[in-house]
Amino acid sequence: MRTPIFLLVWLAIGAAVFGVSLAIGNDYIFFAGYVVLQYVVLSTAWNILGGYCGYVNFGSAAFFALGAYSTVAIYKLITENDFYRMPMPVLMLIGGLVSGLVGLGMGYLTLRLRGAFFAIATLALAVVLQTLIVNWDFVGGSRGAYIIRPEQIWPFGNYIRYLFLIMLLLAIGAITVARLIEHSRLGYGFATIRDDELAAEASGVPTLRLKLVATTISGALMGMAGAPFPYYIGYLQPSSTFGLDYAVNSIAMPLIGGTTSWVGPLIGALLLGSLQQIATVTISSAVNLLIVGFLLVTFVIIAPNGIVGLIHTYLQRKPEDFVGRRHVEADVPGQVP
Amino acid sequence: MIFSFDLLINAIVSGILIGGFYAAVTSGVSLSFGILDIVNIAHPAFIILGSYVAYAANSSLGIDPIIAAIVMMPAFYVLGAGVYQVYYASFEKRGQESLRGLAFFFGLLFITEVSLVLYFGVDYRYVDAPYIGPSWHFGILDIPMRILVPFLVSMLLMAALQIFLTRTFIGRAIMAVAQDQLALRLMAVDPIKIKRIAFGISIATASLAGAFLIIIQPVEPSVGREYIGRVFAICVLGGMGSLPGTVIAAMLLGVVESLTSTFYGPSWAPAVSFGFLLLTLAVRPAGLLGR
Amino acid sequence: MIQGAMTEGAMTEGARAVAPDELLVVANLGKRFGGFVALENISLSVAAGDRLGLIGPNGSGKSTLVNCICGTLRNEFGSVRFGGQKLDGLDAHQRTHLGLARSFQLPRPFVSLTLADNIRIPLLYTVALRRGQHHTPREVEERCVDLLHGVGLGDKARRLPRDLTQVEMRKLELARAMASEPKLLIADEAMAGLTHSEIEDILALLVRLNEQGVTIILIEHIMSAVMSFSRRLVVLVSGRKIADGPPADVMRDPEVERAYLGQ
Repeated sequence: MRTPIFLLVWLAIGAAVFGVSLAIGNDYIFFAGYVVLQYVVLSTAWNILGGYCGYVNFGSAAFFALGAYSTVAIYKLITENDFYRMPMPVLMLIGGLVSGLVGLGMGYLTLRLRGAFFAIATLALAVVLQTLIVNWDFVGGSRGAYIIRPEQIWPFGNYIRYLFLIMLLLAIGAITVARLIEHSRLGYGFATIRDDELAAEASGVPTLRLKLVATTISGALMGMAGAPFPYYIGYLQPSSTFGLDYAVNSIAMPLIGGTTSWVGPLIGALLLGSLQQIATVTISSAVNLLIVGFLLVTFVIIAPNGIVGLIHTYLQRKPEDFVGRRHVEADVPGQVP
Repeated sequence: MIFSFDLLINAIVSGILIGGFYAAVTSGVSLSFGILDIVNIAHPAFIILGSYVAYAANSSLGIDPIIAAIVMMPAFYVLGAGVYQVYYASFEKRGQESLRGLAFFFGLLFITEVSLVLYFGVDYRYVDAPYIGPSWHFGILDIPMRILVPFLVSMLLMAALQIFLTRTFIGRAIMAVAQDQLALRLMAVDPIKIKRIAFGISIATASLAGAFLIIIQPVEPSVGREYIGRVFAICVLGGMGSLPGTVIAAMLLGVVESLTSTFYGPSWAPAVSFGFLLLTLAVRPAGLLGR
Repeated sequence: MIQGAMTEGAMTEGARAVAPDELLVVANLGKRFGGFVALENISLSVAAGDRLGLIGPNGSGKSTLVNCICGTLRNEFGSVRFGGQKLDGLDAHQRTHLGLARSFQLPRPFVSLTLADNIRIPLLYTVALRRGQHHTPREVEERCVDLLHGVGLGDKARRLPRDLTQVEMRKLELARAMASEPKLLIADEAMAGLTHSEIEDILALLVRLNEQGVTIILIEHIMSAVMSFSRRLVVLVSGRKIADGPPADVMRDPEVERAYLGQ
């Protein structure tokens, strides 16, 4: 399936989802759905660096939060007093730009390190960024920041529907980007980095440059996911925005869903995200996180290829069919470099 | 910011003492990461577990926390051995340590922390002991006993570990397993068993470190997270597995943190250790006394 | 002609200018690992189109030398020039783009990719960049399968490396190195464990490559293969070059006999 068709198919699915949600008539579905879609973006973004390249990022929360805080900064700068409200898509682009640049910078500092050191460095970076934000009074510091969002917006009615739609479009964009990467030369390059960096270099793959690309795209997408968040939540606090649950979920969802393709993070996010939304309402949110932790550990031990891997085993496909899929796609003329 | 000589000296001294404690905290990671190359980022969670165990023994049975921790060390050893066994069977054997092994430990960190929240709640817990409260005055120095006692016991622990690693057969086998598994096999020593022992010891140190922690400061489950950066920063800076290096790096970090906290305020403290880590990784990954 | 010039100039490599047909010039290269001296003052040059054999006992530094030439390791002393260009400071992938290729002594396949995809990588990341033309996916695919056929792995193109025997992995290793269409190919113990006829096949392959203009450095322990293939022989012992010249001469060198030919 060529990428434009893929995109159209998913836009159609998205339109259907939106339509059904409107028809249900309860706005809560938009509130809950927003969070699930946010996780689709975060897991897909994480997987570009983690699943495709094999570099674990523990600091997803930082990129997410940077997107959120750039929105807060802009809000404080021009919206609060001048009442000029910057359009959400622009905010997302700015959030994406900020996080993308930070991703690039972090990558430049740390990607020469072995995978394990890189992972620890991402953790360190997240804490450093959090400390900087906590000490930056302009965006509220540790006291937090209030964002006043509009109640209604034409033609959607309740503002939350607009946010939901934006996140839906971003989610579709994210999986399209992931799929595009997978089926391109870049995707092959990423796989070689994951498998054997030394051999990759020897074959002519510019590994550092590709890793930087991965970090930047990954960071940018996370930042874009974070940008609307202040408008969603109304009150932003560093401790929760930089919270560990973002880090855990963006790692758990792709690992549980399956890391080798765009499908895994989508499945992981939809399943785990919905599960958590239900659990938070019925049980406590601490138990909910405990379940995520257990699922992560269990899947990582028992099902290394995630749910996607389990499905393939269940359907008793030979691994070659699965891996060779990329070859089949590439047969369509005009798709290689 | 009022600069006074008294303040400076006390900050430095308490930094050194806390650094001693940091060294004990890091000793486990020096074993697991520095020597065995296992990225156990859940180590701080085991330390917090140790803190809570000490708390439970202290609040219900009135036992001194350090004594309680020492008694519990065998249990922690068994826990560590078990965790390593799972890690080995699931990841090391299959060569998937990098992504899935990391995720495994991350999951463990999470499970431990959240379980503690569910069982003990998020209130700060502290222990009671005769040396918590009084301070030792020596000239201009004002040293709280609750920092001095853990420091002294930490130094004992570090010395004991160093002797173990350099003078006993198993200790030297542990040092060797990182470098030459084949040679070990030829000596009819199972490298897996050696690694398991080493990892068990690593987690056992967490029991004691946890007791030190709750003596020095009140503890709640998320406190462990601050220590992830500190522990790995010290381990890397100290040269990955060199215990003397760990002690020096730990004291260095302790002093810098103490000075930052005293003169710039405690809200910047987390950035110090993690900033240290980033700097070390960027500039000199081999550490101060690097291998 | 080529050989004569080489032996004559062998001792003064660092001092003289690079002759136009010299493809690879290594000058006074040294590499240490902490206190251990892996390579010391290695100088050699390889002319375009040459067939150089590199031999030496295990641990003599052959693979380290290859790693330094190809950029996987950085040498502290000396320099490497390829096609007249200084390689110092260039990353490994940049050297591959210039036309340097190597196979690894212990095969390092891309385990999550099929054999065909393994071969595809150098085509996508090295060949495609050089020519500046677009190959259709079909052409790339054909080239992958051709290269695999060349080493006898054509029917396993869709398999994963984990399904291969050690010997087959070595062949894959060689095919992948060849796929980048190098000017100079370094084959690092590609023939270990092969049967006699398989060795003949690989040798024939290398000879054919050489006839097409590819310069080859063969690192091997299988003396029959090295002797029949090489036009020139370099011997490394304990990190030092102790001989450099026509195979027959080198084999008669008493120092070589003493240091190495106990095998």
